[in-house]
Amino acid sequence: MNGRRLAERVADLLPPLAFGLAVLAIWEVGVRLLHVPMIILPTPSAIVARFLTSIPTLAADFWQTIKGVLIGYAIGCAAGVAVAVLVDRSGFLKRGLLPLGNLVSALPIVGVAPIMVMWFGFDWPSKAAVVVVMTFFPMLVNTVAGLASAGAMEQDLMKTYGADYWQALIALRLPSALPFIFNALKINTTLAMIGAIVAEDFGTPIVGMGFRISAEVGHLGIDMVWATIGVAAVTGSLFYAIIAGVERRVTFWHASYRAKEA
Amino acid sequence: MKSALPILTVVFAVLVAWYAAAALMNASLQRDAYANAERIDYSTQDLIADSLNMERPKLPAPHQVVSELYKLVLATAPTSKRSLVYHGAITLEETLIGFLIGAALGIGLAVIIVSMRWLERSMMPWIIASQTVPIIALAPMIVVILNQFNITGVAPKAAIAAYLSFFPITVGMVKGFRSPDPLMLDLMRTYSATRAQTFLKLRAPASAPFFFASMKIGAAAAVVGAIVAELTKSEDGGLGARLLEGSYYGQTVQIWTALFVGAALSAALVGLIGFLGRTTERRMWFVP
Repeated sequence: MNGRRLAERVADLLPPLAFGLAVLAIWEVGVRLLHVPMIILPTPSAIVARFLTSIPTLAADFWQTIKGVLIGYAIGCAAGVAVAVLVDRSGFLKRGLLPLGNLVSALPIVGVAPIMVMWFGFDWPSKAAVVVVMTFFPMLVNTVAGLASAGAMEQDLMKTYGADYWQALIALRLPSALPFIFNALKINTTLAMIGAIVAEDFGTPIVGMGFRISAEVGHLGIDMVWATIGVAAVTGSLFYAIIAGVERRVTFWHASYRAKEA
Repeated sequence: MKSALPILTVVFAVLVAWYAAAALMNASLQRDAYANAERIDYSTQDLIADSLNMERPKLPAPHQVVSELYKLVLATAPTSKRSLVYHGAITLEETLIGFLIGAALGIGLAVIIVSMRWLERSMMPWIIASQTVPIIALAPMIVVILNQFNITGVAPKAAIAAYLSFFPITVGMVKGFRSPDPLMLDLMRTYSATRAQTFLKLRAPASAPFFFASMKIGAAAAVVGAIVAELTKSEDGGLGARLLEGSYYGQTVQIWTALFVGAALSAALVGLIGFLGRTTERRMWFVP
């Protein structure tokens, strides 16, 4: 059983892996054959070389940015769930907040970055604040939708057990909201990275991935830009993959995972 | 219309909270101003009133933002470089061009992906992975690269807007083209429909709700892309440039007004697409 599943996973991974390697090969050969100047597009090998020689700088940038990302993400998501649970008790508030939350989710919120930099200074707290604002609304909207998703039958069952509001919330409605909450957690990984990186354009203590990119673009160190983008890409994907992995563990009962097991 | 009253209540609560926050956040600045002017005989009322009308407050009060909006949107000639209509139009132009290119490419790629299975298996994981990447990090570099080819002005920013809207649209449309029931696909097979016929008569119409949903996400992403791209070259104008200038010179009211115009732009685009979507879906019997 396990051996077969492993073989299947390898078979699933092969085509995208081949595609990725082909793209890299075409990139490397194309840039060399056409003599594309370094400042327009460096070869993948040059980027890897640059990465290997600048690991300390890249690591410092990574830690600076990831502090803002993780702290902002945690606060924003927690606040979103908390407000959703509070709002959920009042149908009136819910009808008022939901359309506004949906509207705000579609707005270019990264624009609050200069304001947050003014309020919280150049260091990571201002980046965390941008991330809080960006991640809060998707989480609020999704959690409210999730809390409403428990079936009427199950709610009735809770009532026959004589469960009070909070017992029903913890035993039934929060668990059934989990797929929605995880959906927002996944969307928010990307938003958090974007928020932190863009906020660094408005002032940093000269360290951080967003700062590095705009500084290196300034004096045409394009290979360093690509190396930083590579780090940001891997970080973003890993962040997403970790949340998706936790989701699979926690909401194993959900239809979308059961279907794959069968 | 049942939700009009709740929405207004929440908006009112936000305004009250905003005024309170503005008074609290600006009070210390205003106290310093009084101290500099050697004025000590001010009452709490004076302090609150003056905190809400500072020239460069930490948080401008709502009426300051509104009056600045009025001044820069309605009372200034749209051709003036101070007018927010002027800057909003620049951002809108970049957004629309970028969005249309991104939508065309995204839909095109989705069509290719659903019609070739091997392509889907090899490309889809990358396209999904690319959504988890902070694509925006590429924005300054794209502007510089395009500059090397003497492409300046609207084009580089439209390119970033296109790039940002492209991925969500591709993913959404692939899902949409995939959405028909296996039963319906079987029915098409019993009709011995060709692949092209199946696509035109079943997959394309079935994707309509996904189309409008991904257009909304794509349009919102395009606005973000245009504004962020403007941060890298502020001399060309645009709402992003106003944000950057405001943050350089500590002009908080300017930042907030630019932010509001950007929000209105995005909300108008998404609202328009939503309206078109609802109308179309009703005509197509997706919703009663």
